[in-house]
Formats: sequence, C-alpha cells, structure tokens
Amino acid sequence: MATRHSRSAARLMMAPAVILLLGWMLVPLTMTLWFSFRKYLPLRGGDLGWAGLENYSRFVSSSAFWPSVQATLIIVGGVLAITVCLGILLALLLDQPMWGQGVVRILVIAPFFVMPTVSALVWKNMFMDPVNGLFAHLFKAFGAEPVSWLSQAALPSIILIVSWQWLPFATLILLTAIQSLDREQLEAAEMDGAPPLKRFWHIILPHLSRAVTVVILIQTIFLLSVFAEIFVTTQGAFGTRTLTYLIFQRVLESQNVGLGSAGGVYAIILANIVALFLMRIVGKNLDR
Amino acid sequence: MARAVTPKRKAITTALAWAAGLVIFFPILWTILTSFKTEAQAISDPPVFLFFDWTLENYGIVQERSDYMRFLWNSVVISLGSTLLGVAIAVPAAWSMAFVPSKRTKDILLWMLSTKMLPAVGVLYPIYLLFIRFGLLDSRAGLVVVIMLINLPIIVWMLYTYFREIPGEILEAARMDGATLKEEILYVLTPMAVPGIASTVLLNVILAWNEAFWTLNLTAAKAAPLTAFIASYSSPEGLFYAKLSAASTMAIAPILVLGWFSQKQLVRGLTFGAVK
Amino acid sequence: MGRITLDKVTKSFGAVEVIPPLDLTIEDGEFTVFVGPSGCGKSTLLRLIAGLEDVSSGQIRIDSKDATDVPPARRGLAMVFQSYALYPHMSVRKNIAFPLRMARMDRAEIDRRVEAAASVLNLTDYLDRRPGQLSGGQRQRVAIGRAIVREPAAFLFDEPLSNLDAALRVGMRLEISELHERLTTTMIYVTHDQVEAMTMADRIVVLRAGHIEQVGSPLELYRTPRNLFVAGFIGSPRMNFIEGELARRVGAHTLGIRPEHIAVSDSGGEWSGTVGVSEHLGSDTMFHVHGTGLAETITVRADGEVGFKHGDRIHMTPRPDAMHRFDAAGLRIG
Repeated sequence: MATRHSRSAARLMMAPAVILLLGWMLVPLTMTLWFSFRKYLPLRGGDLGWAGLENYSRFVSSSAFWPSVQATLIIVGGVLAITVCLGILLALLLDQPMWGQGVVRILVIAPFFVMPTVSALVWKNMFMDPVNGLFAHLFKAFGAEPVSWLSQAALPSIILIVSWQWLPFATLILLTAIQSLDREQLEAAEMDGAPPLKRFWHIILPHLSRAVTVVILIQTIFLLSVFAEIFVTTQGAFGTRTLTYLIFQRVLESQNVGLGSAGGVYAIILANIVALFLMRIVGKNLDR
Repeated sequence: MARAVTPKRKAITTALAWAAGLVIFFPILWTILTSFKTEAQAISDPPVFLFFDWTLENYGIVQERSDYMRFLWNSVVISLGSTLLGVAIAVPAAWSMAFVPSKRTKDILLWMLSTKMLPAVGVLYPIYLLFIRFGLLDSRAGLVVVIMLINLPIIVWMLYTYFREIPGEILEAARMDGATLKEEILYVLTPMAVPGIASTVLLNVILAWNEAFWTLNLTAAKAAPLTAFIASYSSPEGLFYAKLSAASTMAIAPILVLGWFSQKQLVRGLTFGAVK
Repeated sequence: MGRITLDKVTKSFGAVEVIPPLDLTIEDGEFTVFVGPSGCGKSTLLRLIAGLEDVSSGQIRIDSKDATDVPPARRGLAMVFQSYALYPHMSVRKNIAFPLRMARMDRAEIDRRVEAAASVLNLTDYLDRRPGQLSGGQRQRVAIGRAIVREPAAFLFDEPLSNLDAALRVGMRLEISELHERLTTTMIYVTHDQVEAMTMADRIVVLRAGHIEQVGSPLELYRTPRNLFVAGFIGSPRMNFIEGELARRVGAHTLGIRPEHIAVSDSGGEWSGTVGVSEHLGSDTMFHVHGTGLAETITVRADGEVGFKHGDRIHMTPRPDAMHRFDAAGLRIG
C-alpha cells in the first residue's frame, strides 16, 4: 500500500508532529545543558560565566542531595509496593462475579480522575489535620493521641496520598490483564487438581507479570516527577524533599539556575534509564 | 464462561468488593458531603455523616470570593484547546504511521513516546525563560501549547493503535473509487475512527485538566486553571473546610463524569498498547 | 475500452525482486485470470495494474496511454477486494454511490445508476442497510455494485470468493461470469484456485515466482501445458508424472498422464498395481494405486460405479494420444 505518492504524502503529514516534538525536546534540553555548565544566578548578577562541572559536583555534594534521593526512592518504592500488591488483590476481587460490579468499578477508579492538588489538599486538611482531621477524630474516639501526620510521619503520609491516586490505575490495568487470561487454562489446571492458591501462583501471576512490569515502569516515570502533592502539603519539609522538588527549589525558589540545571540533567538521565526498559517492552509489542 | 457460583460465595465477594470500593471512594464522598455542611459542622467532633443541615451557601461563597467560573473557563479552554490542537496535528501523523509504515516508523513512534518521559523539572527553567521572552507567562495560549506538546505523544500513539485496526484495503478501495488523499481521510478514515478519536480526546482532556506541574509554575492570576485555583487553598484562613470541599467538588466533578466514560481507553492510552 | 499492456514491468521490495521483467497484453473485453500458488506475485501484479503499488521499472499502458505514474484514482479501473473493503459506516446505497460522489456526478444521475446496479445485483431491498447487516454473498455483491456503477475501463478482482463458503462460491462464480457476458468489459481476476480459473477465464495467465509460466485459454493449458509446473497446476486431480525407463523409451525425461486418461480393468492392462485409498465422488471414483513400479502413486479417475477395494489388484491402460512428454528441464516436447 505504498506508492511514491503516498510515501511522500506520509512524510509531509508526519512533519508537523515530528518537528514540534523535536523542538520541544531539543530546545529546552540544550538550554538546560548549557545552563548546567554556567554559573547562572538571575537575581544575583545573572550569567557569571563558565562553571565547568562545578554545578554537577556541587549538586551531588550538597547536604540536601542524598536525602532527596532517599526520599524519592522511598516514595517511588512505597507507592509501587502498595499499588501493585493492593492492585492485584483488588483486580482478583473485581474479576469475581458479584452484584453491582459496574458501580464498584466506578468507585475504585474514581480517585484517578481527581486532580493532584485537590487530592493533596483534601487529605492534608480533612483527613490528616491533627485537630480537625477525620483521623484525629478517629484516634480520639479510641482514646489515642492524635498524630500530626504531615510533620511526624510526612513520608508515609505522602505515600498514602499518592498511592490512593495511583491504585485505580494499577487495578484497572491488572484487571484488564486478568480478564485476558484464557479461562480454559484455569479450568485445565483445576482439572489437574491444582488448588486455588497454586492456580494463582503458577498461572495467574505469571500471566500478570507483563502487566505488572508495565504498571511499575509507567508509574515510576510519573512518580519520579511527583510535584503538586508535595507543593501543596509539606513544601518539601519534614524529609519529603524529592529530587524533583529539590531541583524546583534550586531553580525557581533560590534562583540558582546553573545548579538546578545540573540537577535537571541528573533527573533526565535517571528517567531515561527507566524509559529505556519501558520502550523495550512497548517496542516488542509493536512487532506483533 | 457461565459457571454456577454459589449464592453464598457471590454474596461474600459482593460484600468485600463493595467495602473496598467504598473505602477507596470515601475521600471523594466525604469531600462532596462536607461541601454541603456549614463550616462549624464540617469540623464538628464527632463528625456528622449525613444528618446535618444541607446548605448550598459554600458554593455561592466560593464563586463570589474567588471567581470560580473564570478558573473553570481557563481549565476548559486549556484542556479542550490543547487536546483538539493535538488531535489536528496527530491525525495526519498517525495516518502516515499506520498506513504507510516504513522501516523508521517504529523508531519515530518510540522516540515520540520517549519525549513524554522527559522529566518536566529538567526543562522547567528554559521553558520559563522562553515564556517570559515570548510574553506567554500566565497566558492560556502558552499553556495550550505546552500541554498539547506533553500530550502529543499519547495522542499520536492512541490514534495510531486505533487506525491500525482499520483494514488498509478499505482505504485502498477509496483510492480506487477516485478519492483524493484528503477525501480518503475525511470521508472514510475519520468516520470509521470516530470511536477511537473520541476516546483519545476524552482521555487527553482528562490528563490536561489534571496537569499540575506546568499549570502551577507558568500561571499567576489571569490564566490559572482549576489546579492552581485549588492550590491557593493550601494556606488556610479560619474556618474553610466546607468551602475547600465545595471548591474541590466543583473542580473534580466535570472530569469525574468524563472519566467514568473513559475507563477502557484509559488502559490503552496510558500503557501505550502494552496491555490490552 | 480496456486494453491493458504491461511492458517490461518489474517490481522489487528492497532487494527482493518479486516480479522480474514481465510483458503481457490483456485485450479489451477479455476475462483474464491470474493463477498460481500463494506468493507467486499474482496479487502484486494486480496491484501494480491498479496503481496501489509503484512499478520498479517498465511501463503500464491502459488503452495505449501511459498510466505508469497515474494515481489509482485516475486510472479508470475498479477493484473488488478479497475482504470486500466496504465502508462500514455507510449504507449500501452510499457505498455504491461513493465512487460517483468522488467523481462529482450530479445527484439524479448517481441515484439512477445506483438503482440500476442494485436491481442487477438483487440488492434493491438492502439499499438502506449497513454492510455489517449483510451476509457474505450480499457484501460481495455490494462490492461488485460499487465497481460497476463507475463503468470502468476494466474490473480487477483480488481473490474475491475466497472468504465465501463452498456453495456460495459456485453461485458467485456464475454471477461474475454472467456479469462479464453482459458488460463485456475487461476483467482481471486473481485466484489461487485453478477450478475458478478454468471455469471463468477466457485466458489464463499461470504465474510462478513472478514469472509467467504460460498464457492461454483454459483448454490450451489443459491440452498442451508448456512445462511440468503448468501440467501439475492445471487439472484436478493432478497429472501423474512418471520418470525412468518408461519415459526414456519415448525419448522423454518425464512422462505425464492425467488420471482421467487412464482406463482401468480387473483382468489386464499395460500397467498394474495395488489399490490404496479410493475416493468415491458418486459420479467418479479416484483410485490411488501403489506398487506400479512407475511412480510412488498413480492416481486414476474411473467411473463412479467401478468397484475396487483396498488391496485389490488393478490393471491400467493409458490413452496413448493423451501422454505428455517433458525433457530434463521440465519443458514440453512436441
């Protein structure tokens, strides 16, 4: 289905999308790279000349760097663990015959459509507030001392909020994957005398492995750049300053663009490593 | 697969699933309920669940005090504008990739997706600078462009997967029937792909509506959409739970409704076809 | 008018040459069938004529005008696809009218032509349905309707019957042949089924690996196949091939004899062997005979009433005037 006419038409029609995305990628990326080698303080003298690799080494050696990496890893890892485990359980549950399946599905999926700023603020004020939050009421009802969640247990709190947002995504994808499982395979295993737990372990879980991988990779990409949830809750305080938030602070709050840009390059490299794995899976799928 | 399930087992799974569903949905439910309370009831101890004096006054106050409609309008313009612009650019590109594939098609697609992986914070300052330079800071046009660009890969991708399900022979038939390329796309491809295009629009409107990095960093007062409007509630002033709830409800209600229609497309769009 | 000439046409996909230089002329009004095993390039050849693929070199002329670089829309040809390729979102009426709409014909004329085509094809009652609501045979007729309203210079059919079940296929075969009788427009028909080729064609083009093996009327191919490939491909069941001493005696490398040209007897004949599987078709019976010393199996077609059982001794006598001789290169001798 390809003639010279259609091939040249195809090139022409692909051009706008390709050129736009190429510009969107190259222009800011080049600027970030450029800034990362400059001593650039917009509010304190502007561009103060070549800095070599100084920004890179300063970003890594600053006292905030390792804690931010740690915070990032804890948030990403925590959210992944919670959403994948609960997601599998929920997907298995929702796959069973029941009354009102459609409604339950809607209830479970709803949090995904809540904008990050809303979910962060609702959790922060109406649930986690140490005086008026629902959790505080609940603790008092049981005679316990209310916890100031976002300062005393800031990281777990953020993990809870973000997990609540991403659980629907994991559940939905895993449910789709479970539903694509060949029922006859399960029945064959049942005929062979495998009990439910063994069937889950030897048939369902391997079938899900690909979907789980995809969930992990996609969520990792989004979770690495969690921003609004921290922005409206702790502003990076109490150990919740992630790499993304640290860079944001360097660039826009303390206006140290050179340093922030070096951090940005690190973040880009990190994201690209994850993206590489994801692209491989997606690419394999394209060859069908 | 109709296999008899004992009513008892069905009852248990139903109860479990509803319990799980309600727990997950509870924060949203609680927000909606609180929005109809007075500020005093909103923080009463013990909390009141359903038996309070229902009031609509919070909605009035929110609109009056912060001009909700303006933020709503910004959200609508930005999400719809960016999506429609994206679709207009993506349809021809997806046509090319789906129906005139070359050796490089796969690479181009993967490269496009990889731009989606670029961490926003890594290019924050350059974009910020460019926005200042071109006078786009706090403008809807600027946000439409940026959000269109971050969603363009997903739009191209989704359309591509939908187009690929359309048999090439039908387009060839149109060509044999004397249709030009424009007529082929307009009268044959697009009508056949309407369901796919609609789901693509739906999902991307949702993603754009909830985008909260660029909207927070590139807007101030004029072009701020609902994400920024809600963020302004992060520094509390006095009793404000009921008003926060009313504002939140208004911010998520439109998209919650749209979102429920888009469940299926969600999987396809967000996994880039890797899970079906 | 619809005289189509291919002049040294070639087609390569990358480094792979699917069609080596090929010359062919299809006369106006002729029903030509391209036949060959799958992968022989017959569909590619049709798509080259349609303009859905570019030729790599050479020239295609339609009514002696160079059409090599003319896009498919302007070649004045109509095509019926294997999958029918109907527009699922349009009614039958709109499907048939589509090429006329693209030609900017006026509405009254479009309506007149669509009605006429529908009545010819027995589709009048279905004009307002969608393709999804039609049976396979009806869809096929819609596809044909869409092709005939344009009054094209030639019709191209790409294995149009292969998605139909056996009974419908025979019916549609007759309908297409009748259509050709009535319209007397050039038709080019691609199939891998030699029965379709034999029953419908004025002229058959047998293709293998992009090469034309032989061009001729069905009976020409049946009576005087030019080489072993054509001899084996045309005719069902397949021609028996005998090598060795017997062939050498008549100055050939391979001797060919069709199953229907061998007489059987239980008392005596030129050859003999043991009956293996027999297939009873009612009117005829096919015996697969082993142990003849000529070839592993000799297939014989006998009258339906002839009764040999598995393991019986059978005697066979070939019709001497129906023997085909081939040389070592597989080419026909004499």
